[in-house]
Amino acid sequence: MLRDELVNLSHGAGGKATRDLVEALFLEELGNEALAPLGDSAVVAPADGRLALTTDCYVVRPLVFPGGDIGELAVNGTLNDLAVAGARPLWLTAGFVLEEGLPIELLRSVVRSMAAAAERAGVPVAAGDTKVVERGKADGLYVTTAGVGVLDHDLQLVPGSVRPGDRVLLSGTLADHGMAVMIARGDLHLEGDVESDTAPLHELTAALLGLGEALRWMRDPTRGGLATALNELAAQASLAVRLEESALPVRPPVHAACEILGIDPLYVANEGKLVAVVAADSAVDALAILRAHPLGADAVEIGVIEPEPEGMVLLDTSLGGSRIVDLLVGDPLPRIC
Amino acid sequence: MRYVDEYRDPALARSLSAEIRSLVTPGEVVRVMEVCGGHTHAIYRHGLEELLPDELELVHGPGCPVCVIPMGRVDDAIAIAETEGVTLATFGDMLRVPGGRGSLLEAKARGADVRMVYSPLDALALAAQEPDRHVCFFAIGFETTAPATAVTLLRAGQDETPNFSVFCNHVLIEPPLRAILETPGLRVDAFVGPGHVSSVIGTDAYRFIPEEYGRPVVVSAFEPVDLLQSIAMLLRQRVEGRCEVENQYTRVVRRDGNERAVAAIAETMEPREDFEWRGLGVLPASALQVREPFAAFDAERLFALPGARIEDPKACRCGEVLTGQIKPWECGVFGTACTPERPLGTCMVSSEGACAAYFSYGRLRRPREEAPVGA
Repeated sequence: MLRDELVNLSHGAGGKATRDLVEALFLEELGNEALAPLGDSAVVAPADGRLALTTDCYVVRPLVFPGGDIGELAVNGTLNDLAVAGARPLWLTAGFVLEEGLPIELLRSVVRSMAAAAERAGVPVAAGDTKVVERGKADGLYVTTAGVGVLDHDLQLVPGSVRPGDRVLLSGTLADHGMAVMIARGDLHLEGDVESDTAPLHELTAALLGLGEALRWMRDPTRGGLATALNELAAQASLAVRLEESALPVRPPVHAACEILGIDPLYVANEGKLVAVVAADSAVDALAILRAHPLGADAVEIGVIEPEPEGMVLLDTSLGGSRIVDLLVGDPLPRIC
Repeated sequence: MRYVDEYRDPALARSLSAEIRSLVTPGEVVRVMEVCGGHTHAIYRHGLEELLPDELELVHGPGCPVCVIPMGRVDDAIAIAETEGVTLATFGDMLRVPGGRGSLLEAKARGADVRMVYSPLDALALAAQEPDRHVCFFAIGFETTAPATAVTLLRAGQDETPNFSVFCNHVLIEPPLRAILETPGLRVDAFVGPGHVSSVIGTDAYRFIPEEYGRPVVVSAFEPVDLLQSIAMLLRQRVEGRCEVENQYTRVVRRDGNERAVAAIAETMEPREDFEWRGLGVLPASALQVREPFAAFDAERLFALPGARIEDPKACRCGEVLTGQIKPWECGVFGTACTPERPLGTCMVSSEGACAAYFSYGRLRRPREEAPVGA
């Protein structure tokens, strides 16, 4: 039984309170065959193919925001890291750092949305851990998830596979997540109809894998936004990315919020968007594949890979000028994921 | 997006670009200084230089309020922030600006209570929320942001807030413009006047530029079409033999400005004897200090400040960049010892600074040997 209304230090002490929390909350919400034995490790069947491993920490504030919460974000984010590596997600693990005083019901709702996201993707949370720290030593709740996936193909989805002339595709609108969280935080005194785009991308990526070697590289442009993801690609591939400003999709309320705050949507986090580089003669097919899925309905071609200048991202502005899209210095939007 | 898209209309931009080309004489370079950092940022963000003919050279002026704050004043702010029981609140842009002892962001990491606010009134609200702490607002900016600080001082006075102060670093736009205009060998033929400052002080405040220095001024808004139109207006003045102050930003700026805002500034603040500007040196009567009736809220009276004057690094040529004598990439440390991550000089500090804007947005435009590509 879990009678407490607030998390206290005994929930992390390893004794009876810990067991109550694990059984009456985590197991009840997340329960599955792999997790149920509550062993020190989940023991799972072997997979046939290259494995993808990833881990990610979530410190978003506030814990609940329009369009999602930290639990859903932590599942989708790790699923997406596996998906863009070309992997089919198999297993997740979750670690929780709880601050003394966190309402149990808030924790339950976060774990419940985590379970819903995992179930929607058909990927069980197979192992977990919980620690409690004193009040003031954490901000409510931090989550770390890790994931294992398998690659059912031999494609090399790495920057080195990208060639000049390849096309850059984006699965939908930019900057929804980052701006939703910023607005939800309330200290900007802004209101707007902006929701996080947190969503699992593994179905989109799986569909794109059907392109074979015409699919070069994929990323989910989270923290640092599209600009950061493409700068990393340009640097690692020693190629240039040229973007077309007028092709970049941004929802009007997101655009408005970015203008008011002086923030470039290219640098704002997305949590349910895919950027993919494909061979030029497959771009039309790839767009059709993306648009056939609800998460890719707004997919567009946004740019092209060029041989020079190496390591740079350029933007042709709507006005007919051009500029460099550089790596960001500092962080205008801390703690959004 | 309404009220933005119409000022970014590509067709309108193209026709203005064509008009600008028709107004220059081949081979005769006209140098236009955009005074305001917001203009510099917009020029690079939208790639406007590519829409201008070779004969039109832009010189990026001193109007970046973050950039002009001298390092000694940043050290003073850090000293306030490191005082026991004190919270220093300021605009986000100010956090990364290096002083002699690092930046406020570094002081925060060492344990100082530094918070980012979006308005001085937010800092005053913070003081009300946390009565056990003293909240000091690190006030920066030209006449644009001074009215908000003035209103905050007035309200703090009405509320008799006991735990609030302002570290006043507000600066005035006229003295640096005069300093630039007095520079021997000045290479600026016309000025795009600041928009937001002018909404407070009005366009008449720039009449000294045509009248005493023979250079035309057009006060401009911040969108790309606005800037192109302002440049076209400046060139038309030259072609027609006029030299005066014109207002492109008529949707906001009045000839005599905002009298209530000016009155609020005058009630709470007064010019100080002199103030040190990064890149421009010490300029007389170029900044504001808190007036005596508001002494209870004046951080300079409440705290013992180091008040050190720290010279800009010798290798830094920001002063010459600000007066249009060299372009950012002509400075020896541009993009090497001086980058946006580790700025040596004022112009590299904020994205509105000439060097930072050029480094981030424009450094491809020049031949490679001239424009080092940063790490």
